[in-house]
Amino acid sequence: MRRDQKKLQKRYIFLIVYFILLFIPIYWMLITSLKYDTEILSGLTIFPKELTFKNYVEIFTSSTWMNSFRNSLTYVFLNVIIVLVVAIPGAYAFSRYNFLGDKHLFFWLLTNRMAPAAIFIVPFTELFFTLGIHDTHLAVALGHSLFNIPLAIWILEGFMSGIPKEIDETAFVDGYSFPHFFRKIFFPLVAPGIGVTAFFSFTFSWVELIIAKAATITEAKPVVVTLTVGIGAEGVKWGLLAAAGVLTIIPGAIVVYFVRNYMAKGFALGRV
Amino acid sequence: MKYDNRAWLFLVPALAVMALSAFIPLMTVVNYSLHYIFSGSIPEFVGFANFVDVMRDSAFRGALGRQLLFSVSILAVEIPLGIAIALSMPKKGIGVAISLVLLGIPLLIPYNVVGIVWRLFSQSDIGLIAEVLSWVGYEYNVSLDPVDAPVTLFLLDVWHWTPLVALLSYAGYLAIPDAFYRAAEIDGASRWKVFRFVILPKLRPVLVLAFLLRFMDSFKIYAEPLLLTGGGPGNTTTFMSLFVARKAQSYELGYAGAASLIYLFIVIVMSYIFFQLLNKLGSGESQKA
Amino acid sequence: MATIQLIDVWHSYDLEEGKTKDPQYAVENINVTYENGLAVALLGPSGCGKTTLLKIISGLTTPSKGRVLFDGKDVTELSAKERHIAQVFQFPVVYDSMNVYGNIAFPLANDGVDSDTIRKRVYEVAEILEITSLLKVPAGKLNPADKQKVSLGRGIVRPDTAAVLLDEPLTVIDPKAQWGLRRKLKQVQEELDFTMIYVTHDQHEALTFAEQVTVMQVGKIDQTGSPKELHENPESMFIGYFIGSPGMNMMESSVDEEGTVKFNGTSFKISKKLAAQLLEHGNEFTFGIRPEYVQLSPEKTKNAVSGVVKLVEDTGAYKIVTATVDTLDVKSRAPEDMSISEGDTAWLSFPEEEVKFYKDGKKVI
Repeated sequence: MRRDQKKLQKRYIFLIVYFILLFIPIYWMLITSLKYDTEILSGLTIFPKELTFKNYVEIFTSSTWMNSFRNSLTYVFLNVIIVLVVAIPGAYAFSRYNFLGDKHLFFWLLTNRMAPAAIFIVPFTELFFTLGIHDTHLAVALGHSLFNIPLAIWILEGFMSGIPKEIDETAFVDGYSFPHFFRKIFFPLVAPGIGVTAFFSFTFSWVELIIAKAATITEAKPVVVTLTVGIGAEGVKWGLLAAAGVLTIIPGAIVVYFVRNYMAKGFALGRV
Repeated sequence: MKYDNRAWLFLVPALAVMALSAFIPLMTVVNYSLHYIFSGSIPEFVGFANFVDVMRDSAFRGALGRQLLFSVSILAVEIPLGIAIALSMPKKGIGVAISLVLLGIPLLIPYNVVGIVWRLFSQSDIGLIAEVLSWVGYEYNVSLDPVDAPVTLFLLDVWHWTPLVALLSYAGYLAIPDAFYRAAEIDGASRWKVFRFVILPKLRPVLVLAFLLRFMDSFKIYAEPLLLTGGGPGNTTTFMSLFVARKAQSYELGYAGAASLIYLFIVIVMSYIFFQLLNKLGSGESQKA
Repeated sequence: MATIQLIDVWHSYDLEEGKTKDPQYAVENINVTYENGLAVALLGPSGCGKTTLLKIISGLTTPSKGRVLFDGKDVTELSAKERHIAQVFQFPVVYDSMNVYGNIAFPLANDGVDSDTIRKRVYEVAEILEITSLLKVPAGKLNPADKQKVSLGRGIVRPDTAAVLLDEPLTVIDPKAQWGLRRKLKQVQEELDFTMIYVTHDQHEALTFAEQVTVMQVGKIDQTGSPKELHENPESMFIGYFIGSPGMNMMESSVDEEGTVKFNGTSFKISKKLAAQLLEHGNEFTFGIRPEYVQLSPEKTKNAVSGVVKLVEDTGAYKIVTATVDTLDVKSRAPEDMSISEGDTAWLSFPEEEVKFYKDGKKVI
C-alpha cells in the first residue's frame, strides 16, 4: 500500500499549497484590519507592529455599519426563501415531466444570468419606485432572484433527477396525496440538494453589489454599499475597510459551517 | 416523447418572479435602446440608430475584444485548476468539511471587498505583489503598466472564482461510484486513462455548468476592475460591464441600452454554442469498429 | 480458467479500518473449493457476507485471515488484475465516452495487444453475446441489460481470464429482460467453459443457474453442493426454509426411545433405530419435511396426525394444502384430482426417510 500512500502525500501537498495561496489575501485583510492607518501607509509589515482593534470598535459602535449588516442578512435570507419556494416546484417540473419547450426554457433561464447588471440600474430603480418598494429588503431580494432562480433550478434539477421516478409513482399508487408525498418522502431525499442550492443562493446574494445599490438608499442599505463609503476624498481608509471586509465573511462562514454536512452529503449524493 | 404540459403549472411561481425581475427591466432596456435619450429632454425614437453607432464605435469593439481575451484566459486556467483541486481533496473524513469551508470562503467575500483587498495588495509602495516581484527585479506598477493591470485582474479572478469550479467539480467527483474505479483497475487502465475515461466523462454535466457560469459571469465583472484600477491604465482593464455602466452613468442610456443588448446577444449565442458543443463532445467518441 | 480454493478465510471490516477490539466478522471460517469450469452461485439473504466473499475471491478485498488459491497458487496478496479475474457489478459499469467496441477492446488495449488481434477478439466476443449490431453505439446509450452484456464482454475478452464474478448483476434489470440475460449468461458460461461465480439472494436464480450452490448465513457457509443436494438434504434449517417453494415445514418436537415424536399436542412414530441415533444428541429436535413428501389423505391412515385444512391453493399441476395441527401450519402437496377443501379434516403422515432432524439449526440426521 505504500505506493498509494506516497501518491496521497503528493496530492495533499498540492492541496495545502493551494490553500495557503488562497488564504494569503484573506490573511492580509485580517492583519490590515488590526493595524493603525499610519502603519498601513508607511510600508509593508507581515505582522502588525502595533495591534489595534479600533477599526472593529468603530464598526460595532456605528449604527450605520450595524444596520447595514442587519439589512444584508435580512434581504439575503429573504432572497433564499423566495428562490427556494419558486425553484423547487420549477425544478420538479423539469425533472419529472417532458413538456412543450422544456429544453429551450431551461437554457433561457440560464441566459438571465448573463444580463449585465450595470444596465439594469436605471430600470430596476424605476421599477421599484413604481411598485413602491424602493429601498426595501424585498426589492433587493426580488432583484437578486433574477440571478438566483435560474441557478437554483439548474442545481435542484440535477439532484432531483438523481432520485428515481419510481419513488414518486409508488407513493401515488400507495395513495399519497401530492403535498403529503412531497413532505414525507421527496423532501428528505432532496434535502442535501436544497442545502447546496441554499448555499449558492446565499453567497451570490450576499456578495452582489450593483442591484443592491440600485434598489436601496438608506433604509435597506446593505453592508456591500456601506463599504464603498470607505473610499473618500481623504483617501482610502484601509483599516476600516479591511475590518468591514473581515466581518462580511463571518456570517457567510457561519452559514457554510452549519450547512456543511448537508453540503458534504449533497456533494456526495448528487450531480450538482 | 409524451408531453405533459401540466408541468407548466409548477413553473408559474418561478416565471412570475422572473417576469418581474427580468422581463420588465429587460423591456425597459430595449425601450432605451430604441431611443435617443439626452438628459433633460424628451426621448426621441430613433429605431436602430443606436445599434449602428455602437457597432461602429471602436471603443466598444476594443472593450469587447479585451473582454473576450479576459474571459477565454480565465476559463483556460480556472477549469483545469478547479478540476485538479477537486481531485486532490479528501473524499471522506473530517477533511471534507474543512476543505469545503475553506473553499467556500473566497466565494463569500463581497466583490467590492475583493477589489479593495487586491487594491491594497497591488499598491506599488505598500503592497505585497510589488514587494515580492522586486526580489526578482521586476518593477510592478498596476496603475501605470498596461500589462500589470490586466494580469493582476486575471490573477484576482482566478483567486476568486477557481473555488467555484473546484466545488462543482468536487460534487461531481464524489458522485462517481467506486465500482467504476474497480472496473478500471481490473481492466488495467493507467491513471491517465482512468481520468480520461471514467472521471472526465462523469464530470461532464458539472463541467458544462461550471464553464457556462464562469463564461457568463466573467462578462459581468464590474466592481473589481473599478476598485482595482478604475478601468485603467487607459482602458486596459475596461471590459464590457464597466464600459456599458459608464455610458449609462453619463446618461447615454440609448447607447448603453443598445450596447447591452448587443453584448447580451453575443453572450447568449456563444453560450448556446458552447452548451451544444460540450454536450455533444462527451457522448460517444467512436473507435474504429 | 482456474480451480479456486478458499482456506480458513476470515474477514472483518473493523480490522481493515484499524478497530482491533471485538471486531465484527463479515465472513468466518470459510473453506470451500470450486472446480475449474463450474457455474457457482453464492446464495443468501442481505448481509450474509456473500458480496464480501466475492470480493475476497476477486482480489478487491484482502482477507484478514486465510488464503486464496487459484490452481494451487497462492494469490491472496495479488490484485484482481493480477489474478485475471473479471467482475460484473450490480449496476452496469461501462465507459460512457466510448462505443461498445471501445469498451470491449479496452482491457486488451491496455495490455498492449495489437489492433488486429483486438479486432478479431472483440468480434468473437460480440458474436457470443449477440451484440455485434451494437458495436458502434456509444455505450452510455444502451439499456441496462445490454450494458451488462458489455460489462461481461469486457470480462471475457482476455483469453487468460481465470474466472468471472458477478455481483447480483440482474438487480437493475427490468424483470422482462432478466430472463433473457440470465439465459445468455448461462449460455456463455457453458460455451466458454470458465468458472463463473454468481452472487444472488434469489434462490430460484441460483438453483436454475448453478451447478454448485454455496448457501451463506451471517458470514458462515451453511452448505455447499449441487441444487439437488441442497433440496434433498439441507444441512441447516435455514436452507430448508430458504430453498424450495414453498420451503420446508419445520416442527419443534421431542423424541423418546420408543420412537414417539411428540409435537404440538400430537405425535407419530419413527423406528427405534432412528430414535436411538437421535437420542445420542439429546431429545429435543426440530424436524423438517418438504411439503412434497408429506402424505396427505382425507381418511385416517397409519401413523398419521390429524389437522384441519386451512387453505387450498391450486397451482394447476397440484394443490398446496395448508393444514393446521394444533397451532402449527403444515404445508403439503396433494394431487390435482384429490377433492379436499377448507374445513375438512386431513391426515398427514411423514415418511421416515424424508424427515430431517435438526438441532440448533444444524442437521443431525
